[in-house]
Amino acid sequence: MKYVDEFRDPQVVQRMVCEIAATAARLPPRSQPWQLMEVCGGHTHAIFRFGLDRLLPDCVEFVHGPGCPVCVLPESVIDQAVALSQRPDTLLCSYGDAVRVPGTGGSLLDARADGAGVEVVYGPRDALELARRRPASDVVFLAIGFETTAPATALALQTARREGLRNFRVLCHLVLIEPPLRALLSDPELRIDGFLGPGHVSLVTGTRPFDFIPAEYRRPVVISGFEPVDLLQSVWMLLRQLEQDEARVELQYRRAASTAGNRTARAAIDEVFEPAPATEWRGLGALPHSGLRLAPEYRAFDAAELLTCTAPVPAETDPRCGCAKVLSGHMKPPVCPLFGRECTPASPRGPLMVSSEGACAAWYQYRQETADARR
Amino acid sequence: MPADKRLTLAHGSGGEPMQRLLQEQILPLFDNAALAGLEDQARLSLALGPGERLAFTSDSFVVTPLRFPGGNIGSLAATGTLNDLVVGGARPRYLSCALIIEEGLPLALLRELLASLAEEARTAGVQVVTGDTKVVPKGAADGLFINTSGIGVIGAGIDPGTHRLHPDVKLIVSGPVGDHGATILACRRELALSGDLTSDCANLWPLVDKMLSEPGLLAMRDVTRGGLNAVLHEFAAAANLSIEIDEAALPVRPAVRGLCELLGLDPLQLACEGRLLAAVEAGAADRLLQQMRGHPLGEQAAIVGTLVPRRTTPVILRGLYGVERSLPPVSGELLPRIC
Repeated sequence: MKYVDEFRDPQVVQRMVCEIAATAARLPPRSQPWQLMEVCGGHTHAIFRFGLDRLLPDCVEFVHGPGCPVCVLPESVIDQAVALSQRPDTLLCSYGDAVRVPGTGGSLLDARADGAGVEVVYGPRDALELARRRPASDVVFLAIGFETTAPATALALQTARREGLRNFRVLCHLVLIEPPLRALLSDPELRIDGFLGPGHVSLVTGTRPFDFIPAEYRRPVVISGFEPVDLLQSVWMLLRQLEQDEARVELQYRRAASTAGNRTARAAIDEVFEPAPATEWRGLGALPHSGLRLAPEYRAFDAAELLTCTAPVPAETDPRCGCAKVLSGHMKPPVCPLFGRECTPASPRGPLMVSSEGACAAWYQYRQETADARR
Repeated sequence: MPADKRLTLAHGSGGEPMQRLLQEQILPLFDNAALAGLEDQARLSLALGPGERLAFTSDSFVVTPLRFPGGNIGSLAATGTLNDLVVGGARPRYLSCALIIEEGLPLALLRELLASLAEEARTAGVQVVTGDTKVVPKGAADGLFINTSGIGVIGAGIDPGTHRLHPDVKLIVSGPVGDHGATILACRRELALSGDLTSDCANLWPLVDKMLSEPGLLAMRDVTRGGLNAVLHEFAAAANLSIEIDEAALPVRPAVRGLCELLGLDPLQLACEGRLLAAVEAGAADRLLQQMRGHPLGEQAAIVGTLVPRRTTPVILRGLYGVERSLPPVSGELLPRIC
């Protein structure tokens, strides 16, 4: 399969692993391993699926980042979506991975089982089509994700406005990649030595949101693709920067992403959305200017206006939850006291257990052997 | 009754319209002596030889869409139940066919779907000897639901089952996995993908008939909902053993792989309707594999895994680069109404 098999070739992977080991051996010796954070949940999933972390030398480790939009979705947003789905003549459309996320009173799947209108769609275009076909219903699209998914939602809203489709609405919880990275990096205890940048976000944003990492924190960044060869090559590129004591943003995922990103997509985002003053992140709390809301010309499409209840209070996090420590590279998921006991994918207590792209869920799913042995 | 007619509630009423539907449209498709009597039950003479046993199974079919590349709900309703008999080592003999029809279903479509069911049964040498017809109001069903039950005969000395599993047993899958699930998904999404996706919907008896004569065959399951993943977990749980799977050995068609890569799905979780997983003694594995590959239904059969003493997790997948990971059981419904 073109664009897949050549990036999974075991021989190329083997060569890459050797190069990584050779480069790692030239790094200055130190007591703790070199920690590289993959920012994107897609990377986390690929690392676990292919076991890439097991191919690295002992002195290099992956740390799994905050870039899974489902994981960082606060319970309050799920509660709002559930409330909307329970309105008469309302169809709540969601990406498949968000319907399982538990809110305070259950997930969207639970709501559907109780008779609420919930439909799994592949994207906002499907929801738009449903709105056209069901003029008597309010069709609400639960818009989540980073800059990757924002352009498609923007396009759907532009189309709805052009067509005068008044029954199409968006419950907007789109977030930006830079603010959570800033929040992470501002932690003086942070142990991350380098970052694997998210390839798909960069497709839209270009490399700009990552420039501050080398400029202000002197850590290297490599924007990476999602196949094993991509990720290993990116690790190698990071180690090369560390070896040469450099810190800059490099682009590994050249076949798709570019330094400038996609201007058309960003123009659509800029027309339809504006920065929200503060956005709630599961596990990270409220971060200023970290999300998008509908611009004034598009407020008529805001599904939040259909809600009668006041803004929900953010749920309290269990003080024993280790997610923050996992995110900052201080803890491996199975060491968390809740992991696999009170916190499982079926009933997650912390954000990283929520979707298969979250570090704890991926560990739970693919690493039961290790998890149980608490190695 | 004109061919462009649609089914109405009257066709399920038990009165004259129903009798005409049966006599003119349905019964001719399943012409056999047991059915012709039109009693409330089929009367069968099943003289079993010494050591022979009966196998009896039932399955309901609610697939949407009703037609898909490689089959339709009718052919699926025949092969699905036949395969449940077959993997127990039973030669299928009789089927029942109970219909739940949504008011408004075109008669021509019903005839087409039932003709497929009848054709599958005829090819398998199986008689459809009893049935039922209900029509429910619009919205109370979706087009057509079919329930079929099947009776088969297990030959003397044949006893495939999970009670015979033990460590070192090899697992053979009879062909590429995920074809049916991928086909249904592509149909529903109207995905225009290069490469043809066709359901693997097939009666497995001709293949299993050959396999049963080989020594060393221990257990079989047909791979349906939940895909190969579900069968692996069933085997592991029943035997209280673990299973190690070699990912590189798993047969998956390029078109199915493509769809899975595109949509982020795992081919191991996609349904099949014409594949089985066989557990065989290690020493007999190669011979059985050759036997299977010699049959059109098993051309791409492959040894994919081994039963091992219980590890922490039931199913362990060895990936392309030799790294092991656990294969969790399917949680939740990936695709409702796949069969």
